[in-house]
Amino acid sequence: MLKMENVSKTYRHRGQLVTALDKATVHIPRGDFVSVVGPSGSGKSTLLLMLGGMLSPSDGTVLLEDQSVYDMTLTERARLRREKVGFVFQTFNLVPYLSAQENVQIPLFLAKMNGSAQKERAASLLERVGLADRMHHKPCELSVGQQQRVALARMLANDPAVILADEPTGNLDPETSQQIIGFFQEFNEEGRTIVMVTHDPRAAKRATRILRLKDGAIANHDASEDACWAA
Amino acid sequence: MRLWTIVLREIFERKSQLLTSFLAILLGITVIVSIKNISYYSEMAVAREVDSLGANVLVLPKSATLQDYYAADMQGETIPEEYVTQLAMSDLQGLDNLSPKLSVPVELRGKTFTLTGILPKSEFQAKAAWGGAGIFSRPIGCGASVGMMGSTDKKTLARKRVIETLEDNEVLVGAEVAAKLSVKDADKLELLGKKFTVTAVLPQTGTVDDSRIFAHLHTIQDLSKKGPVINAIEVVGCCQEISKGLVDKINRLLPDAKVVTIVQIAATQKNINTMMSNLSLMFLVIIIFVGGASIANYMYANVFERRREIGTLMALGADSRLALRIFLLKALLLGAAGGIGGYMLGTILAVVLGPRLAGVPVLPMPLLALAAIGISIGLTLAASYFPARRAARLDPCATFQEV
Repeated sequence: MLKMENVSKTYRHRGQLVTALDKATVHIPRGDFVSVVGPSGSGKSTLLLMLGGMLSPSDGTVLLEDQSVYDMTLTERARLRREKVGFVFQTFNLVPYLSAQENVQIPLFLAKMNGSAQKERAASLLERVGLADRMHHKPCELSVGQQQRVALARMLANDPAVILADEPTGNLDPETSQQIIGFFQEFNEEGRTIVMVTHDPRAAKRATRILRLKDGAIANHDASEDACWAA
Repeated sequence: MRLWTIVLREIFERKSQLLTSFLAILLGITVIVSIKNISYYSEMAVAREVDSLGANVLVLPKSATLQDYYAADMQGETIPEEYVTQLAMSDLQGLDNLSPKLSVPVELRGKTFTLTGILPKSEFQAKAAWGGAGIFSRPIGCGASVGMMGSTDKKTLARKRVIETLEDNEVLVGAEVAAKLSVKDADKLELLGKKFTVTAVLPQTGTVDDSRIFAHLHTIQDLSKKGPVINAIEVVGCCQEISKGLVDKINRLLPDAKVVTIVQIAATQKNINTMMSNLSLMFLVIIIFVGGASIANYMYANVFERRREIGTLMALGADSRLALRIFLLKALLLGAAGGIGGYMLGTILAVVLGPRLAGVPVLPMPLLALAAIGISIGLTLAASYFPARRAARLDPCATFQEV
């Protein structure tokens, strides 16, 4: 489903060459649920951005369903994200002046779905995440847990095959975090491939395997070792 | 959800931030519309006033000096009467009436007066060729004299400078002459050996005409033995045509004559028009710089503030054109609102303040709405283009930067 082959990302910061990702090779099969862990600055978010077609590598190839993502034009990459990828952000990134329902409608609007169908689907997705009674609330009128659930509903709007989540529980209390991770497991059981960057050991453990990054390089991707890391 | 929803919701959610830029464009358009509206009606009023003064162009001999506009025909030099024919047969637009004059001094009861020969309008109409192609068949309607057609009141000469009919033995007497000689209507006068009947005593005008006696041009030519010549042709020209170069056109037609206009009045009108025009130009420049800078500044700040939102839209599958369209549509709405609001406010101001400031009644000008909206939208789109382009080029990674 997702492949990174010898992918490196370097950039210059104040005259110094910084290596964000160093010859990373990762294969993520369809239906996999991968946690990406590692200390801050280890390249987790860079890896996620590259998988989502939002940051081109300095070297190497990124493939999504055997298509080279960065050989596509910008418009083709936008369409790829629209049709196959769903993003979840640590800070939810809801549009503050739109209601919960309208936020969920955004991907549907981008996919050119008609207005009434948009509303219907958004309502059903919000119902699924338990926010049927909060559809017309703006993000500032919702708790952080509710905001993240709106973000999950928005992510599901276009029925993505791949979910890329960057610290989805980073701003949540433990109880809400468990609820959100529960949703991720549910999405994974539906056959969606999930890559989740996290600092939360309990969240990481809920994945089927863990990918550890250190100094831009993949230290291991063996689920059996995470017990030691989690401890 | 449509593009409009995103743009309108954002505008109303953050309207206080938009207020300064909106006010800049609204007030700028308001001022431009007010000035344009008032100046248009002021120009029309001045044009009407100049037209109503009567003759406003003089055709004189080349050597004549112009010390007194109303006495310019009393300097002795002459031009051929044929010039009247040439003018009447020409295709010049804006010649509402012609009044050729020949003046000679006369003594009456020991006092010297000016006897002026004039050609009544009936003389023009009697000539078939003139009637068919002449000036009176195509008045363009901006001169007060147009309304004279068919008027039989001989006193119109005092105000309109043109008379409908005048018989060989008829004279019109200026107010001052009448007072000095104690002459009244139907009295008899002997001038240059010929007896005349006083057809009318003219009302006082405050000009040299008050001390004139008017008779038929051809009678004066015969009595003074000067032949078919005249001292001057007074032309009632349409003021708007004068400003479009009527004087130059007459000059080209009659190169051996001197053509002058009421310089002071024309200059005053020109000055007012120029001042109004400069004022609106100045405000246009101000609105372009101040309004444009304010909008560009607001839009840049708006793009910066919304970089995460734009990045999120891109992560969700929007392409860069959508970001460009969001900001340009916002600029379009801002411009349209500023243009419509500015036109309405400016028109109200012009209608209310016009009579007080310029002393003229002012009516709304729907055509100005198009100009106001066009300028406003053009300005907001131009000022927002670069900020919108910056939004379109935003790195979607901004979405993750603060994580």
